[in-house]
Amino acid sequence: MMAPSARLMTAVLALGGVWTFLSRVPPSATTGGAPPPSPREGFSAPDFTLDLLGGGQLTLSDLRGKPVLVNLWASWCPPCRAEMPSIEKVYQAFQSQGLVVLGVNTTFQDSESDVAAFVEEFGLTFPILLDREGGVSRRYQMRGLPSTFFIDRQGVIRTVVIGGPMSEAVIQSKVEELLRQGG
Amino acid sequence: MFPFLRLGPFLLQLPGLALLAGVWVGSSLADKEATRLKLKPGAISNLIFYALVAGIVGARLGYAARYLSTYLANPLALLALTPATLFPLAGMVTGVAVAVLFGRRKRLPLRPTLDALAPALAAFLVGSGMANILSGDAFGSPTNVPWAIYLWDENRHPSQVYETLAALLVFAVEWKQPLGRPGAGVNFLLVVALSAAARVSLEAFRGDSLIWPGGFRAAQVVGLVVMAASWRLMQSWNQPGLARPRLGLPRQEAEAP
Repeated sequence: MMAPSARLMTAVLALGGVWTFLSRVPPSATTGGAPPPSPREGFSAPDFTLDLLGGGQLTLSDLRGKPVLVNLWASWCPPCRAEMPSIEKVYQAFQSQGLVVLGVNTTFQDSESDVAAFVEEFGLTFPILLDREGGVSRRYQMRGLPSTFFIDRQGVIRTVVIGGPMSEAVIQSKVEELLRQGG
Repeated sequence: MFPFLRLGPFLLQLPGLALLAGVWVGSSLADKEATRLKLKPGAISNLIFYALVAGIVGARLGYAARYLSTYLANPLALLALTPATLFPLAGMVTGVAVAVLFGRRKRLPLRPTLDALAPALAAFLVGSGMANILSGDAFGSPTNVPWAIYLWDENRHPSQVYETLAALLVFAVEWKQPLGRPGAGVNFLLVVALSAAARVSLEAFRGDSLIWPGGFRAAQVVGLVVMAASWRLMQSWNQPGLARPRLGLPRQEAEAP
């Protein structure tokens, strides 16, 4: 059998061209516009309000305009313990450029006294939030600990890292990526 | 969608396993096809292996090059298992370059080699579709059709299923080799052209398309160009009696009987 004839292929290409023209869309029709909330890359980070360790509350959407790293962790989780010093180090290095780090403790499967001891042990200076009912863990479809979400200034998730520990270079490069995106 | 499977302390990434399965099945089929085309035994699976390893290394080095000072300060991070720190374009370029160099070194003839790779490419595309079904990537646009699936907070076209079915169809066509002339390179071009046609057709149902000025979906435009180029090459390679140049030999020597 021979290759498709010139006439057939021209017809197929013309049909493809017409279909391509007809299926044009404005950028807002895909995730190029304002994406719906979902815990994955290219979507808006689902909003939440949680109590802070030590008192007060914090709402994620109040941080719009700043790059945010959300880390879900537990005090009993070995990879969480392994990566926490690196997260703190990157936070110290980039805090002045606007980076916000939120350590969301999965308190529904942890204890607040263990959380406090953990924070003291590692000398963490970024806000620690307490997910007492597990609502945030469910909204972020947590499948493994730690889980880290890198969120840009527009509130869109740019990178998700499930599991760990992440090295300092991985965290830093992802934070630099967020900072480069300006805003 | 079922992206992870927890086995004790381990978190298996199922989309990655689907891709690996595609590579493994494709590699086995490519070796069988290579034997049928009288190529060196094992050469094609070695080519795939080296290209893949080079692709992964290139993707990681390409990513590290963008954050050079960070990785120079912590070079062991190059070995991190995080897929988020790969630069796919650098990986693709490195993989293809290594495949070409390997082919030249082993003096593999271009067109029979491409034809031996055709089933591997078709199988890999099926694996890629399965990986997207498992991960929920390459998701569809919102719709109200009766077969819509609820994904990422909306009813959407099951674009991953469409693309897997299309890849299976391409695989079936490749298996039948309707254009004949095994070893002429046209079966590989057929897989490329049909896959590009599938992309042009199905991209319209995607919800994550990259949009170019004028509202054109980038993948459709690129797909049309690939279709046209494949057809042009198919025309030129499908002429009976045309000599088949070798990658590692000068043209005159390759064309000698």
